[in-house]
Amino acid sequence: MIELLRRIRHDRDESAFVDLFRHFAPRVKAFLIRSGADPAMAEECVQEVMATVWHKAALFDPSRASVATWVFTIARNKKIDLLRKQKRPEPEDLAWGPEAEPDQEDVVGLQQESAQLTEAIAALPEKQRILIEKAYFGELSHSEIAEQTGLPLGTIKSRIRLALDRLRHAMDKT
Amino acid sequence: MTMTIRHHLTDELIMAYSAGTLPEAVSLAVATHLSLCDECRAALQAHEAVGGSVLEGSDPVAVSDACLKGALALIRTAPAPDPVRPAPDPVLPAPLQDYVGGSLSDVAWRSAGMGVRQAVLKTEDSATARLLYIPAGMEMPDHGHRGMELTLVLQGAFRDAGGYFGRGDIEIAFEDTQHTPVAEGSVDCICLAVTDAPLKFSGLLPRLAQPFLKI
Repeated sequence: MIELLRRIRHDRDESAFVDLFRHFAPRVKAFLIRSGADPAMAEECVQEVMATVWHKAALFDPSRASVATWVFTIARNKKIDLLRKQKRPEPEDLAWGPEAEPDQEDVVGLQQESAQLTEAIAALPEKQRILIEKAYFGELSHSEIAEQTGLPLGTIKSRIRLALDRLRHAMDKT
Repeated sequence: MTMTIRHHLTDELIMAYSAGTLPEAVSLAVATHLSLCDECRAALQAHEAVGGSVLEGSDPVAVSDACLKGALALIRTAPAPDPVRPAPDPVLPAPLQDYVGGSLSDVAWRSAGMGVRQAVLKTEDSATARLLYIPAGMEMPDHGHRGMELTLVLQGAFRDAGGYFGRGDIEIAFEDTQHTPVAEGSVDCICLAVTDAPLKFSGLLPRLAQPFLKI
């Protein structure tokens, strides 16, 4: 995935885009349908999500997110924009400084962690896995999330520590 | 940009923000706090990583060839340019600047009496966001909430039963919270206040309080 995105970013390679599309478009479509889109609307939205991936490829930083995470955030924003017809307030950009190529070690570390997280979620007991899916696919409201006791937040707690370490590390370099 | 934040977002709010289910006004408060708080920003990144893993592991739904064709057409056309964010403001983080349309001096304040000023920001209406300007030393009326109220300090500080709240701190109050915030220190207090239901005032105060806050 990282390699496909690199080819999109550096070579503007359309065949890499097609491969990325074949992997993510059906997942993004499923996400949008679960968010209440009808199939036609979902496909229109999928096109825009995937086109954003292409146009914004230069902003993707593999030391901060997996490709799936990045696509998830684009799909979520598009959902708010197109389906809920709302603006999405976004936090201030961090001052990362002049963008150098990300540290290869950071990239490998982050991508390994992401793969482990995907495995850990797949391995959860079904009830918990379904709950996590519902929460992140936007099928639970804020108050419903607060009421859920079965959400395996332990997995997330250790991720937060790692994300914080990574954030500090990245900011130290600027 | 790193500062001492004592009062953070809850996990539930960060999770709901990462899932994109919060009302626009609540998202605005979350995005503003995230702009000032590295710890919550890291938590958001972690939640988004979970979102990515859920997306990766989810059951796909077949996509038509026409959809791929449409996407290819889109990538061959130039995208609409991104809106340019205004120059940074020392009080208002970028997400608030987007709603104010510039800097603190562009806020369309309206007097709410007794030196208090407020400006309602335009969002969809399932929750309301307003900037409040409270002179140092001023006490706000005692009030409870039907829903949730988020109060994020941008300048100065206030204190109530929940503790001391300085720049970047966010107070999250629910139905059972009765509180009487007092603007502390010598600097006037500027806050972002977000409610997802109208406030209710206790005792003799409603008649005084309603015109005071114009709600």
